[in-house]
Amino acid sequence: MSDIRNPYDPASDLDAPCSCGQHASQSAHNSDEVSRTSIDAETLGQSVVESAMVRALFPNDRARRRFLGAVGANTAMAAIASVLPIGAMQALAQDKRAPEKKNLKIGFIPITCATPLILAHPLRYYAAEGLEVDVIKTAGWALIRDKVLNKEYDASHFLAPMPIAISMGIGSSQQAMNVATIQNINGQAITLANKHKNARDPKMWKGFKFAVPFEFSMHNFLLRYYVAEHGIDPDKDIQIRVVPPPEMVANLRAGNIDGYLGPDPFNQRAVYEEVGFIHLLTKELWDGHPCCSFGASTQFIKENPNSFAALFRAVLKAAALSRDPANRKTIAESIAPANYLNQPVPVLEQVLTGRYADGLGNVKNDPARIDFDPFPWYSMATWILSQMKRWGYIKGDVRWKDLTEQVYLLTDARKHMVAMGYKPPSENYRRITVMGKVFDHTAPDAYVASFAIKRA
Amino acid sequence: MDKSMSLRAGVLSVVIFLFLLGLWQAATHTPEKTGGALTEYEQLMGKSTKKTAGMPTPAQMGETVKKHLSDPFYDKGPNDKGIGIQLAYSLARVGSGFLLAALVAIPLGFLIGMSPLLYRALDPFIQVLKPISPLAWMPLALYTIKDSATSSIFVIFICSVWPMLINTAYGVASVRRDWLNVARTLEVGVLRKAFRVILPAAAPTIMTGMRISMGIAWLVIVAAEMLVGGTGIGYFVWNEWNNLSLTNVIFAILMIGVVGMALDLMFGALQKLVTYVE
Repeated sequence: MSDIRNPYDPASDLDAPCSCGQHASQSAHNSDEVSRTSIDAETLGQSVVESAMVRALFPNDRARRRFLGAVGANTAMAAIASVLPIGAMQALAQDKRAPEKKNLKIGFIPITCATPLILAHPLRYYAAEGLEVDVIKTAGWALIRDKVLNKEYDASHFLAPMPIAISMGIGSSQQAMNVATIQNINGQAITLANKHKNARDPKMWKGFKFAVPFEFSMHNFLLRYYVAEHGIDPDKDIQIRVVPPPEMVANLRAGNIDGYLGPDPFNQRAVYEEVGFIHLLTKELWDGHPCCSFGASTQFIKENPNSFAALFRAVLKAAALSRDPANRKTIAESIAPANYLNQPVPVLEQVLTGRYADGLGNVKNDPARIDFDPFPWYSMATWILSQMKRWGYIKGDVRWKDLTEQVYLLTDARKHMVAMGYKPPSENYRRITVMGKVFDHTAPDAYVASFAIKRA
Repeated sequence: MDKSMSLRAGVLSVVIFLFLLGLWQAATHTPEKTGGALTEYEQLMGKSTKKTAGMPTPAQMGETVKKHLSDPFYDKGPNDKGIGIQLAYSLARVGSGFLLAALVAIPLGFLIGMSPLLYRALDPFIQVLKPISPLAWMPLALYTIKDSATSSIFVIFICSVWPMLINTAYGVASVRRDWLNVARTLEVGVLRKAFRVILPAAAPTIMTGMRISMGIAWLVIVAAEMLVGGTGIGYFVWNEWNNLSLTNVIFAILMIGVVGMALDLMFGALQKLVTYVE
């Protein structure tokens, strides 16, 4: 067991046999303490590094204690950290290479889908990897796309289909993009305006105006899929508009749209503001569907492999934390402030815990309403491509396998997850069932051809 | 007589203000619901807590104003900054866009005003470009400039350049012939004529152009920042709109009005400085 006496504690004696002075050695003290508190290996590694450094700065332990007593531990910590790259040294000590670029900008849209990459900020997971990250709230997906293309953002929150579309040069200039992890699965819903309480059957939706956050979004593809299964042509019988998620509730209230397939918290917010009700959760269409992703341009990854690996680890760690239902209430509180989502805590709590009011007078309980499984299945990307082909966004033949495996960094995700002690799945593709219909990833062309309503 | 008049006007203003406040209070006041435990559904719907949305009462409004103004320069990360910092960002953008526009528009306006040939040659371009909404340039700017901060400055530039250009050209072109003739008789050099005769003569018109431009720039920056986001008073409005917090939006509207008025007064004072009586 290593020496984990707090080097910033003026009362602790780095020269004494142990930190409390009652044991023959520090290891005896530790084994006594381990039974009471469990410290994970990383925290332990951090204090060993800091302890070694503080020791080097103050060879005389009495001088260290006097210094800390005089200025206070926090000031000392800040002062030492300002001259010595503690974060980088800690990263090095954990056999991680120093990041090429330390100051990174990550864009995000203020929705619960972004939970892992936001959460890594207040929890200082980025800092622990030796990075200084600004997470920057962005007004809409088109702006996210432009800011990533312009290199204003180093990495970003994306919709799962966006990196595929940008890599193909569809809807923007072509630039190779990659998906590192999926941010969230499920967590979207179809919300309808209160006046449509009696129009629950999609066959009654002819002439409705719906909003989705972006053209290349799971929202657009799922809404199209859903209405088409009910015999409604999404291009002819209804109107689908692109509206940035934060503006959906205001538009629903103003009567500009009849409903939307949008991200949370804006479905729950519509219920909370008593302007709409939740028609269904997208989980009911495809349980485990991806929604948002975390990624960067291929160029950034090539030029800054270590920075990117550090981001990868920070986001995976935050995702693992977010998956635990026990943490969900705390998470709701930590992402609610104006710096992140700027939403009322009760709304976020309902989204994250899955115990929610549906706007029709019922309390529903669905703990799987949203989850943060980061694994970027290839099959997800293939399904997305199949819908892009189905609705005519892609013309001609599609190199299904190449595209999928180029854009989604599944093997890297698995490598990092294994290194961090998580248990990633061993397969690369898995069965997808959308509204009862099975998608065979080996025959996507036949899948596209099998639909009655399509543009392909 | 004059004094009592302004006193009476002042009193009337206060009475009107108080009457409006009273009307506001009466329109937004909702009696507190009391009694009876809430069901879980009602609790989830937020019946037990005060919601951020909805029209605020004057008292809530006052509280918000006090809260923002008591700590205008806080900085809680890139997405949450005090109102003072946000206004400073907006003013910096407007300032740099406006200055650039002045640097281009005033010399060019001078040229156009002094040369009837140039005036007629450039007129069609100006007439086509002038009525374009500055925000319509935004996607193009984002694509070509590849930087959102510079793009918003560009949008300010493009909206404030036209009034200054046209007013400068008009002011320069309509300098009294007699003065120019006198200058010619005295064999004054070109530069000297431009700076000592034409500039002072055209200054009031140029100033009017600048005042109009500044007004437009301040209108446009709010919309531009709502579009681009990040920082500025427009971003503040957008961020609070996301949260459907009307109280904060109304506060931002008030601040936009106050700053806009201050800018206009400033240019009004400058205008007085250069005005002359013939």
